[in-house]
Amino acid sequence: MSVPVIQLEDFRKTYITGEVEVKAVRGVSLSIQPGEFVAIMGASGSGKSTMMNTLGCLDRPTSGKFLLDGVNVGELNRDELADLRNRKIGFVFQGFNLLARTSAVENVELPMLYSRPPIPAAEQRQRAMESLALVGLAKRYDHTPSQLSGGQQQRVAIARGLVNRPKLLLADEPTGNLDSRTSIEIMGIFQELNDKGITIVMVTHELDIARYCRRVVVMRDGLVRSDELVKDRFLASEELAKLDAEQKAVQLT
Amino acid sequence: MFAVLRIALRALRRNILRSFLTMLGIIVGIAAVIVGVSMGTGAKAEVDKQIAGMGQNLLVVMSGNMARGGVRGGFGAAPNISPADYEALRREIPGVVAVSPEVRANAQIAAGNQNSFVQVSGVSSDYASVRSWQFRSGANFTEGDVRNANKVCLIGTTTAKTLFGEGVDPVGQIVRIKNAPFTIMGWLAPKGVNSFGQDQDDIVIMPYTSAMKRLSGDTMFRSLSVQAEGPAIIADVQTNIYELLRQRHKIQPGRDDDFMVRNQQEMSDFFNANNRIMTILIGFFAGISLVVGGIGIMNIMLVSVTERTREIGIRLAVGARGRDVLKQFLTEAVLLSIAGGGMGIATGFWLAPLLTKYFQFPTLISNDSVIMAFTVSAVIGIVFGFFPALKAARLDPIDALRFE
Ligand SMILES: Nc1ncnc2c1ncn2[C@@H]1O[C@H](COP(=O)(O)OP(=O)(O)OP(=O)(O)O)[C@@H](O)[C@H]1O
Ligand SMILES: [Mg+2]
Repeated sequence: MSVPVIQLEDFRKTYITGEVEVKAVRGVSLSIQPGEFVAIMGASGSGKSTMMNTLGCLDRPTSGKFLLDGVNVGELNRDELADLRNRKIGFVFQGFNLLARTSAVENVELPMLYSRPPIPAAEQRQRAMESLALVGLAKRYDHTPSQLSGGQQQRVAIARGLVNRPKLLLADEPTGNLDSRTSIEIMGIFQELNDKGITIVMVTHELDIARYCRRVVVMRDGLVRSDELVKDRFLASEELAKLDAEQKAVQLT
Repeated sequence: MFAVLRIALRALRRNILRSFLTMLGIIVGIAAVIVGVSMGTGAKAEVDKQIAGMGQNLLVVMSGNMARGGVRGGFGAAPNISPADYEALRREIPGVVAVSPEVRANAQIAAGNQNSFVQVSGVSSDYASVRSWQFRSGANFTEGDVRNANKVCLIGTTTAKTLFGEGVDPVGQIVRIKNAPFTIMGWLAPKGVNSFGQDQDDIVIMPYTSAMKRLSGDTMFRSLSVQAEGPAIIADVQTNIYELLRQRHKIQPGRDDDFMVRNQQEMSDFFNANNRIMTILIGFFAGISLVVGGIGIMNIMLVSVTERTREIGIRLAVGARGRDVLKQFLTEAVLLSIAGGGMGIATGFWLAPLLTKYFQFPTLISNDSVIMAFTVSAVIGIVFGFFPALKAARLDPIDALRFE
C-alpha cells in the first residue's frame, strides 16, 4: 500500500475555555488513501469541524498524531503549516469564506499570492481562469461574491481550493445551504475531480449527499462510530438526468 | 511586492474618506515641517545674501565689545577707533587690499524745494569697492577728495528719488547737507531692503573727513571695513588686527577688548541664531503633530485589523504566513503615511510662497527638507503601523475565521 494521504493515530482535541474543558475529539484513528472520497457525518457538535480543521493544517492535535502525506503535522511550526495549507490542501469552507468586493477570479488567485516560489501574475490569472472553467464559472470571472448566487459562490470557493493543484480537497458542508439541484451539481464536480485522482474528504449532514462519496465515516461525541464503504453509490450525472425528467413531468401536468 | 501594493491600495481606496481623515494629522505635521523649515532656510538665505552682498573677504572692526557691554556695548558704544588706528592698520597688516573707516551722522538734506532726513556715511575712497557698491552713473570720489575734505558725495537710489524724482540722474547736482553745498559725484545702484526692513538705498556717502569736519564733529570712527586679499588669509588678517589694536589700545593681557573684529561667517552666525531658535520651535510643534498623526494611523489600522479579521483568517487559511499579513498591513500604514506626507509636502509648497507674498516672510524650500519630510512620514507609517500589523499577523487562522 502507498503512503496514506491522511493518517490519524489516537487524535484528540481538547478546547479549554476558561474553567471548562471541551473534549471535541476524543481519540480517532483513521487512515485515508490517495484517491479516496470520504464523507464524514455525525450530529452537530460531534467533532467533525474540529477534525477537518486539523486535517486542513489550520490547527494542531492536542494529543495523538496526524501525518499528512507522511509528514507529522504536530511537529511543524506556524510557517510550515501555512506552506502545507498552500501547497497540499484545498479547503472549501461551509460559509464559502470568499473575500467580499473582490472578483471571483481574484478570489481564486488568492492562494497563489502566497505560493513559494512566487507565480508570475499572468500565470496566476491563467490558472485561476482554468480553475473557474473547471467548476463551470469562467463567464462570471469578474463578478464579486455579492453578485453571485450561493451555488456560484460555492463553485468559486471550490475553484480557489483547486487552483494550487492540491493532493487533498477538504470541504466542510459544501452543500450546507444549497438547494438539492445545486448540491448534486457540486457533487458532480467533486466526483469528476475524484475521478482525476484527487483525494476528497467532506463533511455533510445529508445522507443522500453522502451517497455520492465512496466511504462514509460517522462520528458521535468525538469518536468514530462507523466507517463503511458506500453501496449503491449515486452518480451525479444520472441523478441530474432523473431530476430533469421529474421536473419536466411536473411542468407537463 | 507589486501585488502587496495593489492589495493595500485597494483596501485604502475602499474607505477613501476615512483614509483621508487618517492622513490629516500627517498632512498638517508635514506641511508644518516644510513651511517651518522653509522659513528658517529662507531667513538664513536672506541674511547670508546680505552679508555676502556687503563685500568679499570682508572683516568689520567695530567699536565696543558685546562680551563686555551686552548688545548695547556692541552697537551703541561710543566710537573709539582713532584715525591713527586706521592708518596703522593700513600700513602694518599684510594681506589687506582695502580699508575704509566709517562715521555716521543723520542730517537734513535738501535740493531745490525738496528736503529729507538721511543717514550720512563718512568713508574712505576704498569703501565703495570694499562694500560692493555699484554705480548707476557717475563715479567714486578720490583719495584727494578725502585728503582735502571736499564737499562731494555719492547718493543712494531712494534718496535721489526723493530729491530729484524717479529715474532722474542726479550726478552733477548740488545738494545742501546741513546747509553746506555738496556736489553729487555718483549715483549708487540699489541694494534693496535688508532683513531688518531698512532701506539700504536711503543713504548719502561722502569722504569721512568731510563728514567729521562738517557734520558730526566726531574725531573717532565707529567702525572699519577691511578687505582681505583672499579667503585663505582672512583668519590671519583677523588675528593680526586683534593684536595690533590691543597693543594700540593698551589692553592688558587677560582684559577684554574694547573693539570687535568680525568676519562674514561670524556675522551670519550671529544673525542666524534667532532663526535657529524659531526653526527648532516650529520643528517641535510639527513633531507633536506628526506623533498625533501617527497615533491616528495606528488607531485606524487597529480598527481595520478588527474589521478585517475574517479576511485575515481567509488569507491565513489559504497559506499566507504571518509575515505576509504583517507586510500587507504595514504596507497599508506606510502608504497612508507616505500619501499624507506627500500631500503635506504639496501643502507646504503651496503655503510657503503665500507666506512670502502676504507677510513678506522669506521662505525657501530646500530639497533636504522635502527628503527629510518624506522619510519621516515613511518612518511614522512603519513605527505606528507595526503594532496593528503584528496583531494581524499573530491571529490564529481558526479564531479569525470564526470571528463575527
Ligand atoms: N474554538 C473552540 N473553543 C471551544 N470549544 C470549541 C471550539 N471549537 C469547537 N468547540 C466545541 O467542540 C465541539 C465540537 O465542535 P465541532 O465544531 O467540531 O462540531 P461539528 O461536528 O462540526 O458540529 P456542526 O455539525 O454543528 O458543525 C463542540 O462542543 C464545540 O462547542
Ligand atoms: Mg461544523
